[in-house]
Amino acid sequence: MTESILSVAGLSRFFRVGGFRSRGILHATDEVTFEVGAGEIVALVGESGSGKSTIARVLAGLYPPSAGSITFEGQPIGRRSSRRVRGRMPMVFQDPFGSINPVLRVGHSLERSLKLHRSDLNASARHEEAISLVERVGLTPGAEVLRRFPHELSGGQRQRLGFAQALASRPSLILADEPVSMLDVSIRIGLLNVMKDLRDREGVSLLYITHDLASARYVADRMIVLYAGRIVEEGLTEEVISSPQHPYTRLLMSTAPDPRLPLSDDASVTDLGEPPKVINPGPGCRFAPRCPLAMDQCRASTPAPVSLSPTQRVACYAVTA
Amino acid sequence: MSDLLSVRDLRVDYETPAGPARAVNGVSFDLARGEFLAIVGESGCGKSTMLFAIAQLLAYPASQVGGTVIFDGVDLTTLTPEELRRHRWRDFSVVMQSAMNALNPTMSIGAQLADVCRAHTDWDDAHIAQRCAEVLAMVSIDPAHLKSYPFQLSGGMRQRAMIAMALLLEPKLVIMDEPTSALDVVAQRSLMRQVQTLREQLGFSVLFVTHDMSVVSHFSDRLAVMYAGEVMELGSTRAVFDSPQHPYSHGLMDAFPSLLGAPRALTGIAGNPPSLVNPPEGCLFAPRCTQVMDDCRTLHPELIDDDGRSVRCHLIHPVVRR
Amino acid sequence: MKALVVIARALRRAGAFLRRDKKAAAGSIILFILLVIAIFPTWFTPYDPTAETFTPGVGLSWSHLLGTTSFGQDVFSQLIAGTRQSVFIALIVGFFSTVISVIVGVSAAYIGGWLDDLLSMLTDVVLVIPTFPLIIVITAYLKNASFWLMVGVLVFTGWSYGARQLRVQALSLRNRDYLLAAKARGESSWYVIVVELLPPMTSLIVANFLGAALYAVLAASGLQFVGLGNINTESWGTMLYWAQNNEALATGLPLWALAPGIAIAVLGSALALLNYAFDEVANPALRPVTRRRAKVAA
Repeated sequence: MTESILSVAGLSRFFRVGGFRSRGILHATDEVTFEVGAGEIVALVGESGSGKSTIARVLAGLYPPSAGSITFEGQPIGRRSSRRVRGRMPMVFQDPFGSINPVLRVGHSLERSLKLHRSDLNASARHEEAISLVERVGLTPGAEVLRRFPHELSGGQRQRLGFAQALASRPSLILADEPVSMLDVSIRIGLLNVMKDLRDREGVSLLYITHDLASARYVADRMIVLYAGRIVEEGLTEEVISSPQHPYTRLLMSTAPDPRLPLSDDASVTDLGEPPKVINPGPGCRFAPRCPLAMDQCRASTPAPVSLSPTQRVACYAVTA
Repeated sequence: MSDLLSVRDLRVDYETPAGPARAVNGVSFDLARGEFLAIVGESGCGKSTMLFAIAQLLAYPASQVGGTVIFDGVDLTTLTPEELRRHRWRDFSVVMQSAMNALNPTMSIGAQLADVCRAHTDWDDAHIAQRCAEVLAMVSIDPAHLKSYPFQLSGGMRQRAMIAMALLLEPKLVIMDEPTSALDVVAQRSLMRQVQTLREQLGFSVLFVTHDMSVVSHFSDRLAVMYAGEVMELGSTRAVFDSPQHPYSHGLMDAFPSLLGAPRALTGIAGNPPSLVNPPEGCLFAPRCTQVMDDCRTLHPELIDDDGRSVRCHLIHPVVRR
Repeated sequence: MKALVVIARALRRAGAFLRRDKKAAAGSIILFILLVIAIFPTWFTPYDPTAETFTPGVGLSWSHLLGTTSFGQDVFSQLIAGTRQSVFIALIVGFFSTVISVIVGVSAAYIGGWLDDLLSMLTDVVLVIPTFPLIIVITAYLKNASFWLMVGVLVFTGWSYGARQLRVQALSLRNRDYLLAAKARGESSWYVIVVELLPPMTSLIVANFLGAALYAVLAASGLQFVGLGNINTESWGTMLYWAQNNEALATGLPLWALAPGIAIAVLGSALALLNYAFDEVANPALRPVTRRRAKVAA
């Protein structure tokens, strides 16, 4: 097992919702435990309500966790993560149009990042480094790109910029929150290849958050499947794709739009894809209401992830029975 | 039986400070009765604009500057607003992209459905109530939700409510503008299946616009690929998927990572779509085409039909020189 | 050096903007002229405005462009002299009012929580107080209010409307990803507010400034008209006061009353024109629509 960069244990984040009368607790993520090693891409796969974005934001220091611990590069991260940690674990956002300040030039935030995290560089060295960063993600000519305003760049170019921004602070792990979801299909591959490059050439790990199984398969070494704030399955990418264990993973696989997959008689004939209940959820497995294998035990208590092999874990009574 | 919809040489311009941008550049196609035609293309290719032009819903700064839209024998572009109104919803209806934005958040679902009925028919209240409950049941929504407000329904349910609204008067054509883009995978699949079942029951045609072709791959009869305001390829869905002829279609098909088979490296399509205000001479895809030839840069290719498969490409239909 | 480049660029952009928009151009020209008059009144006054040495009751004439008052003062000179107070009060009140609005509105939106609740309540209370009666009460109590006192009163009653608007806009911008991105890369809250949040709000802040300035002109003139300003200073409002008290309209000296009134209207219009222009900058949907009938080819 490679050296662990990020170790998350029992991470939970709750939100209070509702007004004075209908008080509820929203379990955005619940007891999530996983690790990311050096030089690997781990995909967090889930649909709306799975908690994947919440996990990213907690890791990025935008919310404190409600419970659980986060250990980064061997050190625990407290309620307020330090600037050093922010530099070593930066985030790339989903929306290429909203994640860059429209009134400032593109080079501005890049140079700010360098100023905050690379105190070893003086002003001219910073500028040189900024040019090098944008060229490393495929934006050339670097000097010219830095002078532009965001509206002069396309969506794909802006997302590349997001990765350049993340690279500026010499990170060991980049949190990528659905970086390609809002891009055109023909542009996505370019960005996914940038991510693979970062892992191969620069040795950076990535936590890739997505709802798209196919793109997760394309870039990730390992996959973690989330449902209603909990981990339901985890394993090497090819393991999970070729032999999904959890009924939810199987559902995702069969309904994932892929023109080369024949249209089988999948669960979507009866399953309407309604989102799970994450506000004041009951004691049982959160997938039970939709699960074809649900047993009494499933409704009584929530299954914890159980190791099926050194690399594979599943949280399902029906499978581990 | 004649075609339900015949679009000929449709052109739409957008007013911009830099001059008119040709968003739809001479699109022509036919839609048979009961047929499902998917229009696929990336952002900015003009597919939504074309849809709005067909439905006669264009508003400033877009305007139709050429072409005809013949629906069931009537040229919609020549009708007055009053005449158009008689056709709306009875003959063709529209399902918008984001149900969240298309549904009035301050009115119950039932009230909005009833509103549509009252605007286009002279049914009495009892009939309206019955019909509204009927359409909701058709899309697997409990009719009790007639009293619910949009925010009380999930995204998938809201989108299905939109489809129910579109089917109130049993139109011959339902136009759908990316109805699945805001939905999760399972809900998406379920919605497409629902549309298919309803088509089998009611026999309407569907014109479906999307940027994600894998969503329609199992449901559409024919597929049109649009780029920079033009149809680049048109043919039966299976044929276009299995053997795309136009380099752009080919590049697009290839840009989808797959869950099947061995993992392999993909490259996508380099470059960006052309300016619609100052389009390049010749083929609009030439600047990005990996198989570009000399003719491509100077001669604009026509959409040439070959036994049901149309392609706009000099590679497939080389320029004939005598 | 860099500051000069930035200023030069801003001026060039401003120039281009003014050339494009007739309303903005008209407003800025008028304002500019009034500003020059306000700063250098002696360039324009033919006579000493307070001198009561002329023939009273003279109408339009070559020696007295707007006639004289019933005390024998030259109306035109008074008008010119009065420009300073009115224009300065507009700009100064506008400035301080906007500064407070920005601080209150943006802090409430950005920091949120109890501070937001407190500041919002404060804003709402001040907003709801009927301003004119309040101003009258305060200035009547303080008798012959000096310039700075009037500024204080007007700022106190004028900041709340802008604070509300700016708070709403800051709230809508607050959850934009680029602010989260700034926080995520380790910037301090101060930096995020000043460099990332405020610049996109510039149009609204400027619009607020112009609105506050307009409010100040009208309120100040109103106060002076009812005699609550310092009636011994030269200003358009006090001219109205004296004209009214001496029944200018009835005694055949209409210009004495009309001139300051029109001047107030001109300043107000200049500010309003600039305000409309900035509204259009901030909200493209308000820009004038140029419809051209497209010919549908057969």
